[in-house]
Amino acid sequence: MTTTRIAETAPTAPPAPHLGAGDRLRLWWSALPRPYQWGIGVPFIALLAALPILRPPILTTQGTDFGGVLAQFGMYALLAIGLNVVVGQAGLLDLGYVGFYAIGAYTVGLLTSPDSPWNQTDTWLSRHWAWVFALPIAIAVTAVSGLILGTPTLRLRGDYLAIVTLGFGEIVRLLADNLQNITGGGRGLSGIAFPLVGQTPTRTKGVFSAGNTHLPLNFGTWWYWVSLALIIVVLLFVGNLERSRVGRAWVAIREDEDAAEIMGVPTFKFKLWAFLIGASIGGLSGVLYAGQVQFVSPPTFNVINSMLFLCAVIVGGQGNKLGVILGAFIIVYLPNFFLGRSDLFGIPIDGNAIADYKYLFFGLALMTLMIFRPQGLFPARQKLLSYGREVYVVARRAALAAAGRLPAADEDGAR
Amino acid sequence: MSIGPNDPQAGAEHTDQHLGAEEYLTQDSVEEEFLPDGGVAQVAVDLADVDPVLADPEAVAQLVAPDRRIRTEVGAALLRMEAVTMRFGGLVALDGVSFEIRRGEILGLIGPNGAGKTTCFNAMTGVYRPTSGQVVFDGRPLGAIKRNQITRLGIARTFQNIRLFSDMTALENVVVGTDARHRTSVPGALFRSRRHRTEEQDALERGMALLEFVGIGRRATQKARNLPYGDQRRLEIARALATEPKLLCLDEPAAGFNPTEKAELQDLIRKIRDDGYTVLLIEHDMRLVMGVTDRVVVLEFGRKIADGVPAEVSSDPAVIAAYLGVPDDATA
Amino acid sequence: MLASFDIGALGHSFWALTISGLTYGSIYALVAVGYTLVYGVLRLINFAHSEIFMLGMFGQYAALMMFGFAPQGDAYDMGVAQTLMYLGLAMIGGMVVSGAAAVGLERVAYRPLRRRGAPALVFLITAIGASFVLQEFVHFVLPKLTNNTLGGLNAQQPIRLVSPSTQFTIFGATVTNVDIAIVVSALALAFATDRFINGTKFGRGIRSVAQDPVTATLMGVSRERVIMLTFLIGGVLAGAAALLYTLRVPNGIIYNGGFILGIKAFCAAVLGGIGNLRGALLGGLLLGVMEMYGQTVFGNEWRDVVAFVVLVLVLMFRPTGILGESLGRARA
Repeated sequence: MTTTRIAETAPTAPPAPHLGAGDRLRLWWSALPRPYQWGIGVPFIALLAALPILRPPILTTQGTDFGGVLAQFGMYALLAIGLNVVVGQAGLLDLGYVGFYAIGAYTVGLLTSPDSPWNQTDTWLSRHWAWVFALPIAIAVTAVSGLILGTPTLRLRGDYLAIVTLGFGEIVRLLADNLQNITGGGRGLSGIAFPLVGQTPTRTKGVFSAGNTHLPLNFGTWWYWVSLALIIVVLLFVGNLERSRVGRAWVAIREDEDAAEIMGVPTFKFKLWAFLIGASIGGLSGVLYAGQVQFVSPPTFNVINSMLFLCAVIVGGQGNKLGVILGAFIIVYLPNFFLGRSDLFGIPIDGNAIADYKYLFFGLALMTLMIFRPQGLFPARQKLLSYGREVYVVARRAALAAAGRLPAADEDGAR
Repeated sequence: MSIGPNDPQAGAEHTDQHLGAEEYLTQDSVEEEFLPDGGVAQVAVDLADVDPVLADPEAVAQLVAPDRRIRTEVGAALLRMEAVTMRFGGLVALDGVSFEIRRGEILGLIGPNGAGKTTCFNAMTGVYRPTSGQVVFDGRPLGAIKRNQITRLGIARTFQNIRLFSDMTALENVVVGTDARHRTSVPGALFRSRRHRTEEQDALERGMALLEFVGIGRRATQKARNLPYGDQRRLEIARALATEPKLLCLDEPAAGFNPTEKAELQDLIRKIRDDGYTVLLIEHDMRLVMGVTDRVVVLEFGRKIADGVPAEVSSDPAVIAAYLGVPDDATA
Repeated sequence: MLASFDIGALGHSFWALTISGLTYGSIYALVAVGYTLVYGVLRLINFAHSEIFMLGMFGQYAALMMFGFAPQGDAYDMGVAQTLMYLGLAMIGGMVVSGAAAVGLERVAYRPLRRRGAPALVFLITAIGASFVLQEFVHFVLPKLTNNTLGGLNAQQPIRLVSPSTQFTIFGATVTNVDIAIVVSALALAFATDRFINGTKFGRGIRSVAQDPVTATLMGVSRERVIMLTFLIGGVLAGAAALLYTLRVPNGIIYNGGFILGIKAFCAAVLGGIGNLRGALLGGLLLGVMEMYGQTVFGNEWRDVVAFVVLVLVLMFRPTGILGESLGRARA
């Protein structure tokens, strides 16, 4: 019956609605009342946090410590969220993002490493909390560096911006390498501070020390938890921005910068904000890195890493903050998954070789994605309004009604 | 503070006549909406479900009406072009053009192709800086101001070739317009300050009202690029109105419209004026211009050749000569 | 802290630095042509061009191996004529590999995107992906295919056909046979390219597409063929540059050896005015020389920084480069 109605009212309309699995999930989730969302969200996050303790059989990495891999994932997730603000939201291609990661890590290194001429541990930074106090300082320094890079370059065209930022990333690394008296040059800075908490006879330097290798609560696991907490905080802040004038300005700039300017959006100011916020989040991730590895040296901040971060954002889906976290997971986890594995479901494989080839696979993935799915695996459906919930609820009701109705219509048609 | 010819009653009358909205609402809102990429974004909504106030056209008109201080009195010159000349290399696009737009009127700016209409428009909206002469807006010369500041001063425009933010929903597009009058920035949004929350709520309410006002309320959650052509044009007008302009400039808003749509557009333009806005209309279609404007300025080869009420202008020999070859339009 | 500035060194080795800079500069120039041509025609920064250059280095190396040369401590000592012949053959080997790779890249990576009308950023990201793939191909796959004689983690053992020997001096600066070979062949190739673009039917096709793709297509120019030709020329020149580069830096043949050189060549293209053929040549020579001066004043380790700083300064103060953009008007 419904079918005939459709035929009458809109003969040219495409016959069936297409609601992908993702759309259905999104619909279902956003139609849930807030308490239910909390009720599902909190246990889910708890489950994520418990992963290194549960050590699920296939998921657990074999060649490297699972906790450590998850900690690295946490850092990359932060990087992806930050880069997503710049690339995904504001549409500014930044190929030198690793520079901010480096600046964050080196700031902590310079403030707390005994190798650094500017070491402040035991002066005004207490030994126990040096890392924690260095964190806001490092974020401020990276934010300022974002400002310094952005002010002259954000007036450039998109493709030029990409190359200039690439140059910036490389310059940061070269500075770290060349300013030997300060950064230790190629030797790097070691002995960087970490929070000295939870000291026991078996864990003499506390739970965050690289010396804590007692499974399952080794130092990787603890740093994973720290990064998970920071991810949640950053997501809340970034979400607030996204559903505000700021997020709308970014998307408007991405879509049509001239039109945005003419509609009263101060485009330069908001591009600069995007750079500054992205830089701060990248710096935060660098601080985590410095604390976890307790050592920084220039090769870690090679420009090729910028491409890897970009890969996480593109694969995950530009503009989708949860998507890019999954992208980061893929980038970090997949190579580690294969590392040290000689068989998968009974099939013999050379896991180490597969892990070695990661850049080859990522490169191929980027090329294929750009041809067949340029929006990434989990494309964005951004919400840009703070109080739009009511409107979305009404829309959702209509969508669900329609989606529920039309498959039935197809059946009718078949009969 | 005087608000001008903002009589809610008048606005309501026009809403009743307004064809677009009525037509839309009588259709079954769900079935015809499915576009290939699917999802929530394609579904029609009834904004009155969200905010019952929006079911009442009078209330809508009141929400949409501009709420800001305008120094210029109603009927006095809101914008004055003072001997504006615009030269590009050897080409003189505008040659000492002077005219005024009075507050509360609909002024038509017409002329054959290449007459300098668009250049004139760009000089007003800050895209170009005049070679000589000046543009005075609401008692203040527009000198070296950034384009986004001109919008916030109170000149809003639509684009001849539609330039919506195509990946945003209709509602979001309009809210970007309202943002031009907002003052919170990153810190406010980050910590959700009180002012930020008020502004966001107001923006949403006004945004929905604007969509209802131009007759595309049910398209609120659809992406701009998925809207039918006519609705995209209406959305551009809504987005420009969202910035609470003192002067709304419409750049060939009827391009590509059929006669019915043109008639609807005329109604909408009148409704906008009656709601308290001043409108500048640049248009090719003489019939539309003559039917809706209070005054008309005619340009030819960068010079003003006529300025007066439509009846006067359309019988002006110079204008007829300029339009010779399109007698149908000239006699309209 | 910062390396002490050594202006004095610049003074007394000025000519030696200039000559050294010109040899590097002519290599940058040849690679820069590839960026400039592709940009002129497609408005695309072919980020993977540095990998095309890198493949060229392996191409000429493989050619030499086929002719029976093997890495050894000293340079082969053949007569001038024979050395030149083998250098020429090696160059052709590099050109063939680079040219084929460039055309293949265009086919596999860019053409499908063009068909889909993808935005510029998508092209750039694809180029980055292609760059990864080509590097990792040489890093991991090539050694497997060639029984570990080519590619892999480490740089190839150099095959030296000629050892630098001083030919004459100007202003106290020595000029070696390698310097002469590099500058002379680079200038010859640049001249030939310039003649080809500005003096032949094919070149006219390229320029017309660069200037106005739509009209060019209407006039019967095949855009696809022009694009292919553009990539081919860029690739061939990169292959030639690869041989010249290995003459200067014999142990630079490594899978990631193209990256920095590619960036510098791009910088040279921008410096001269991207899209402008002669600009690329001028930009290359200028950058090479500036880099040498900068390296002497600030210290060797800052050499790469000079290129980036130049790039940023040029983009900030004269984004269209020294000679201005546009391949179409390269003749003027």
